[in-house]
Amino acid sequence: MSVAITTQSSIQDSEPVFHVIDEHDHPEGASTMLGFWIYLMSDCLIFAMLFATYGVLGGNYAAGPSPKDLFDLKLVALNTTMLLLSSITYGFAMLTMEKSKIGQTQLWLAITGLFGLAFLGIELTEFAHMIHEGATPQRSAFLSSFFTLVGTHGLHVTFGLVWLVTLMVQTARFGLTEANRRRLMCLSMFWHFLDVVWIGVFTFVYLLGMLR
Amino acid sequence: MNPDLIKMIFGRLNLEALPIHEPILVGTFAVVATGGLALFAIVTYFRLWSYLWREWFTTVDHKRIGIMYMILGIVMLLRGFADALMMRLQQAIAFNGADGYLPAHHYDQIFTAHGVIMIFFVAMPLVTGLMNYVVPLQIGARDVSFPFLNNFSFWMTVGGAVLVMMSLFVGEFARTGWLAYPPLSNIGYSPDVGVDYYIWGLQVAGVGTTLSGINLVCTIVKLRAPGMTMMKMPVFTWTSLCTNVLIVASFPVLTAVLALLSLDRYVGTNFFTNDFGGNPMMYVNLIWIWGHPEVYILVLPAFGIFSEVTATFSGKRLFGYTSMVYATVVITILSYLVWLHHFFTMGSGASVNSFFGITTMIISIPTGAKMFNWLFTMYRGRIRFELPMMWTVAFMLTFVIGGMTGVLLAVPPADFVLHNSLFLIAHFHNVIIGGVLFGLFAGINYWFPKAFGFRLDPFWGKLSFWFWVSGFYFAFMPLYVLGLMGVTRRLRVFDDPSLQIWFVIAAFGAFLILLGIGAMLVQFAVSILRREQLKDTTGDPWNARTLEWATSSPPPDYNFAFTPVVYDNDAWWDMKRRGYKRPLTGFKPIHMPSNTGTGIILAGFATVMGFALIWYIWWLAAVSFVALLAVAIGHTFNYHRDFHIPADAVVRTEDARTRVLAAGAQT
Repeated sequence: MSVAITTQSSIQDSEPVFHVIDEHDHPEGASTMLGFWIYLMSDCLIFAMLFATYGVLGGNYAAGPSPKDLFDLKLVALNTTMLLLSSITYGFAMLTMEKSKIGQTQLWLAITGLFGLAFLGIELTEFAHMIHEGATPQRSAFLSSFFTLVGTHGLHVTFGLVWLVTLMVQTARFGLTEANRRRLMCLSMFWHFLDVVWIGVFTFVYLLGMLR
Repeated sequence: MNPDLIKMIFGRLNLEALPIHEPILVGTFAVVATGGLALFAIVTYFRLWSYLWREWFTTVDHKRIGIMYMILGIVMLLRGFADALMMRLQQAIAFNGADGYLPAHHYDQIFTAHGVIMIFFVAMPLVTGLMNYVVPLQIGARDVSFPFLNNFSFWMTVGGAVLVMMSLFVGEFARTGWLAYPPLSNIGYSPDVGVDYYIWGLQVAGVGTTLSGINLVCTIVKLRAPGMTMMKMPVFTWTSLCTNVLIVASFPVLTAVLALLSLDRYVGTNFFTNDFGGNPMMYVNLIWIWGHPEVYILVLPAFGIFSEVTATFSGKRLFGYTSMVYATVVITILSYLVWLHHFFTMGSGASVNSFFGITTMIISIPTGAKMFNWLFTMYRGRIRFELPMMWTVAFMLTFVIGGMTGVLLAVPPADFVLHNSLFLIAHFHNVIIGGVLFGLFAGINYWFPKAFGFRLDPFWGKLSFWFWVSGFYFAFMPLYVLGLMGVTRRLRVFDDPSLQIWFVIAAFGAFLILLGIGAMLVQFAVSILRREQLKDTTGDPWNARTLEWATSSPPPDYNFAFTPVVYDNDAWWDMKRRGYKRPLTGFKPIHMPSNTGTGIILAGFATVMGFALIWYIWWLAAVSFVALLAVAIGHTFNYHRDFHIPADAVVRTEDARTRVLAAGAQT
């Protein structure tokens, strides 16, 4: 109460100021990080729904193949390694970006892209192998939800690669400007986010699937 | 020509898709086409295209985007209401062996389209439009956080609406009910394009809604004027914040579930099928995890509007601001814990049903707290019964009835009896019309002078008010009675002649609402004609309390020449009370975002892609997808998206306002 009174009186003592007199431009992109975080959380919800669907339907094999018949954990482990390494190399890209070393940043980004490509390649090999054996998305609700969950993640990685190439071109053309740093930061968050989602996929779909 | 080639070029689109054998649709098409051509001719004759493109279609100004959202919502209201009127007429005459005038095939599309349009393309655009217009002004900001995204979001919403409207004349719409439950909506039972129109219409619009949710959350969190702490935000801004949090947290669920349904339909997966391990109830659960928060997305901003209106027109500070905020937050959280009450009859067992029944009943507590806060705000206030306040009072009376029938439906055993009956229909129209729509009308009447610089005509407004309110009671009270007697929803013909009188009364109510809508359109026209008499020169025609009234009506592009500093909940009231003087000198250049056509182009490609996917025109879908990607990437190569309004332009605008204010003070 006393606080309220003192502020009240102090305001009355001096002329109240109702507007910012010495105003600066809003720094461009001041809300971008927050906005991108919120976007990531909304994307996370899409994955949450796909996980939930897999959780409910993942045991419905419809007399078709089950995880034990299909999953090759060694291949998946290799695949996981690729994605985790790509996250580390992206981290290196960000570290070099902080030091404004444009050549090294580009190099690390390129390596990240190659790991991402390797991940996608292995994933597609796995898919092709399963489809070849007759384990198509149409075969059972388990396979529908498996292909959708893992495939959606793969699509995100694909999109991330397109984005990565775009940013590399922009960095090459315009340098590590404020805007480009912000964009690289967003892609970094996106990339690590996909990594986290993949850890969920690896544990929940592959490891637990083998125990089912 | 080779039929395979034709199929490759046009997919499943052919001349039979045009409904030339349905006289009602041909007539509608004639009217729409004539109207559209007339509009096109007028715009072309007055050479308005380039003006519209420069100043409106490509604008990133939140105020103009807000107004465009409102126009979209009102236009779609006419379509959605036409559907309602047709249903009421059909049900009023299809007795004693008569078949009515609507064939089943058409009738089923109408009730689906009515629900989809009213929720997604009337209520959502109107709510988003008001938030877009008002929130940045209320928090003393120059624009939203991401102005370009805002423009893009709007055009995506339009794209969705275009797809739904297109289904009227090219092909058909879904015949599944507004949530398109499988297995009925799956390819086996709905092999035609109706459900695909539904899916892609909602997916395209859904992208826009999600992005605009992210945008407004960021705006409210990041761009508040100095001094405006969270607990000093106006209540409308608070409810907008909660609504947009709900949008971000629920629309992705809709996106995901519709994507799964489209996989079932396009690829032949087995998510929601009856065989191969699919589970249709999974769809019902997922879609209501979106669907229940959705109703709070709609009603929370309306609660915010009522809070602003009640405080302003009672001439008092809002009673129980803190409890109002907490009630809003509690409703936001609880709205996630009740989805199963939409299908107690699923058979999930007594414990699960009890949990969801109880959470549902608990929601009435914060809502009741709000009701009492409004009442106590009015208590001993000097109430002015202007139009916004009239809508608010009508809301309070009507919404309480809807709330009570809602608590009744929340009791699982009662719900087993009333499930899918007209009682339910009456209930949710009671809360959506009585809550959301009345709130929007209050908001439109309240903020119209801010947006256009003149008030809406009170005579036609009152006429509209009385037609709407009485029409609502005539239209929906009979449905409560019919529901209690066991009449289920979505029926086309009836056997029991004793029911007819209730349907006739309901049809009469719908007719009264028609007069209400007509009076509202006349109100807009009359107000535009009488704009000189209704002019607001002060910028504060209602003697209101929050910051949006501190600037001129309509506000300049930059909203505020200087960013305001806030000390109190009712910032503008506080400024008026303590002798605020408008700054007349010292203006500086103002940093603003530039207009861009990218939003409308992207949304255009997205809409074309939706159309191509609906009709299996794969090449077109691929081309428009690549174009979409190319334009989006191309846009990121443009680094110069802002400009400064020069100081002398600000001086000119502000000096003009000074003269207007001085002239107003003399008279």
